[in-house]
Amino acid sequence: MSRSRTPGVSGTSPWLAAAAALLALLAGPGQAQKLSDGAIRIGFITDMSSVYSDLDGSAGGIAIQMAIDDFKAKNPGLAIELMTADHQNKADIASSKAREWFDQKGLDLLIGGTNSGASLAMKTVAAEKKKPFISIGAGTSKLTNEECTPYTVHYAYDTIALANVTGGAVVRAGGKSWYFLTADYAFGQSLEKDTSAVVSANGGKVLGAVRHPLNASDFSSFMLQAQASGAQILGLANAGGDTINAIKAANEFGVAGSMKLVGLLMFNTDVHSLGLELTKGMYMTDGWTWNQSEESRAWSKRFFDKVKRMPSMVQAGDYSATLQYLQAVKAAGTDDGDAVMAQLKKTRINDMFAKDAYIRQDGRMIHDMRLVQVKTPAESQAEWDLVKLVEIVPGEKAYQSLADSKCPFIRK
Amino acid sequence: MSSVLGVPLPALLAQLLLGLVNGSFYALLSLGLAVIFGLLNVINFSHGALYMMGAMTAWMGAQYLGLGYWPMLVLAPLAIGALGVLFERLLLRRLYGLDHLYGLLLTFGATLLIEGLFRSFFGASGQPYPVPELLRGSANLGFMVLPIYRAWVVVVSLLICAATWFVIERTPLGARLRAGTENPALTKAFGVNVPRLITLTYGFGVALAALAGVLAAPILQVQPLMGSNLIIVVFAVVVIGGMGSIAGAILTGLALGVVEGLTRVFYPPGSSTVVFVVMALVLLLRPAGLFGRQT
Repeated sequence: MSRSRTPGVSGTSPWLAAAAALLALLAGPGQAQKLSDGAIRIGFITDMSSVYSDLDGSAGGIAIQMAIDDFKAKNPGLAIELMTADHQNKADIASSKAREWFDQKGLDLLIGGTNSGASLAMKTVAAEKKKPFISIGAGTSKLTNEECTPYTVHYAYDTIALANVTGGAVVRAGGKSWYFLTADYAFGQSLEKDTSAVVSANGGKVLGAVRHPLNASDFSSFMLQAQASGAQILGLANAGGDTINAIKAANEFGVAGSMKLVGLLMFNTDVHSLGLELTKGMYMTDGWTWNQSEESRAWSKRFFDKVKRMPSMVQAGDYSATLQYLQAVKAAGTDDGDAVMAQLKKTRINDMFAKDAYIRQDGRMIHDMRLVQVKTPAESQAEWDLVKLVEIVPGEKAYQSLADSKCPFIRK
Repeated sequence: MSSVLGVPLPALLAQLLLGLVNGSFYALLSLGLAVIFGLLNVINFSHGALYMMGAMTAWMGAQYLGLGYWPMLVLAPLAIGALGVLFERLLLRRLYGLDHLYGLLLTFGATLLIEGLFRSFFGASGQPYPVPELLRGSANLGFMVLPIYRAWVVVVSLLICAATWFVIERTPLGARLRAGTENPALTKAFGVNVPRLITLTYGFGVALAALAGVLAAPILQVQPLMGSNLIIVVFAVVVIGGMGSIAGAILTGLALGVVEGLTRVFYPPGSSTVVFVVMALVLLLRPAGLFGRQT
């Protein structure tokens, strides 16, 4: 696909930057020190109408627009354009829209929202066009492993971090025997696999798993199967509506009393939607919480005033990633894909989303992850006061180490 | 302990019972569809959206009016049924003389509109709805713990289904309804107000969908897309039972719930497709459905 994916490349760290700079020079005329066609064009493709639209959706587009407006306020005179589209959770719609924008609209940056399948499809198109692709809402760790490209950045979280943070914490707290309820598609399977590895590595054991189809509205029979396993922990390797309905069924059938429920991927929007009575005490991994700092609170308030909901970590990631990209374009003096990628990978990220974070050579954004616990109704002070911090896990420990990476083009 | 194909008998019994619970939802929804199709010849694609509206209305009643589960169990079907009557009078009525497809397109369009509106007002992840005080807790049956609320759902659905079947097949009112479908002109000549009969029938079918929605609210998350997942299965149920057959819809609904429950034990990933496999087989062997009349 691209020459820098050739395996067996060896050298030292500056080599990559040099290679990227060289590629930028070779990329052809017109890229030097200015914007292609006079404007920076950002495209955002996510689920805007279905199960994942609350945690990203059109409000994610609003977060991106906020970043554009903030950047423009300091850099007037730059033309920045935002295009958004709904991929309806279909990978083919996502990739054909991306291709259309790259070919006909002069797209410079593609931001991928929720859905791993859609992101895996879009990153291929972006790499082909040599343009940056920042995936924010998708979970699959393949984006920076087997399926990595020199143009992909994976920003907010991934399945390995979820497994390490939540899984690790639960096993260390004594939850040794696990049973999984897994959504039967790429995302659920890799979450189950990654978490099983963490459980075993920490001395726990996995007693079994039941795979349910995506959008399986009724979970009662899966609950009976989980209960029969005799495991202490029920790991929910699913997301969105499936997690919500599984938790409801677990409460109804008394599973929530006999086993401990662990939602491996939960968002504050899910907790808000289920209510604290059903979710209290559950652990979850958050890449960012709206009230984690003064800065994040201030930003979240601005977001809330526009959307009337508090932002999820994905929406905050949308904002942060856009801002980082625009600053990289400014610093590099061009919107050429290779030059901007090189700039992004050598810049430390310090904003309301992350502190002293960085984008690794495989495209993984390394930042602190937060193990949080859902509050009880008595502890909660306000409508969106939903979780309390248990532990901050440093990015290097939460994410896969570069040594374990299966990304073919990186240098180990 | 005895077992069947490696699955312990108590576990199997438990799954059968759960299948029956789901089956009673299918029965209630497909009953509404079958009544509407049988008497109006309209394929009501908006049934799922109406079911969702029933659940949402129950939630709104609790949220904005302080009305609990019990009043809403009656009020929500009435309110949604009234909307159905309005919809039939203003729009659906104009399409009776045309091909089935027009009715299908109208109701499908209405579905998209309704779901879109609810999503933009309430978001996609939905609202929690508690189980009513009186029906909380569970009963230990020895082989499983059955939440009392689920048992209640089975009882209510079966009663409503039986009553509907009785009214349509065994009473003078039902006889008029059937006559009105068979030969509207002749029935009119006997002094029966056929258009009003049809309007009320549509309203009743819609109310059944809304009732199923209220029943489902405490079990499932109340959210704008809850109907679109269910409606396809329910259509399959109606096709398997035989389009328009009341008894067929009820019995097939229950039976398919059980088949699905068993699939969840023996091959979980197949549980969402098994209904359609059955549908394909039935259509191959008996194109009019299990209980349908060959025409």
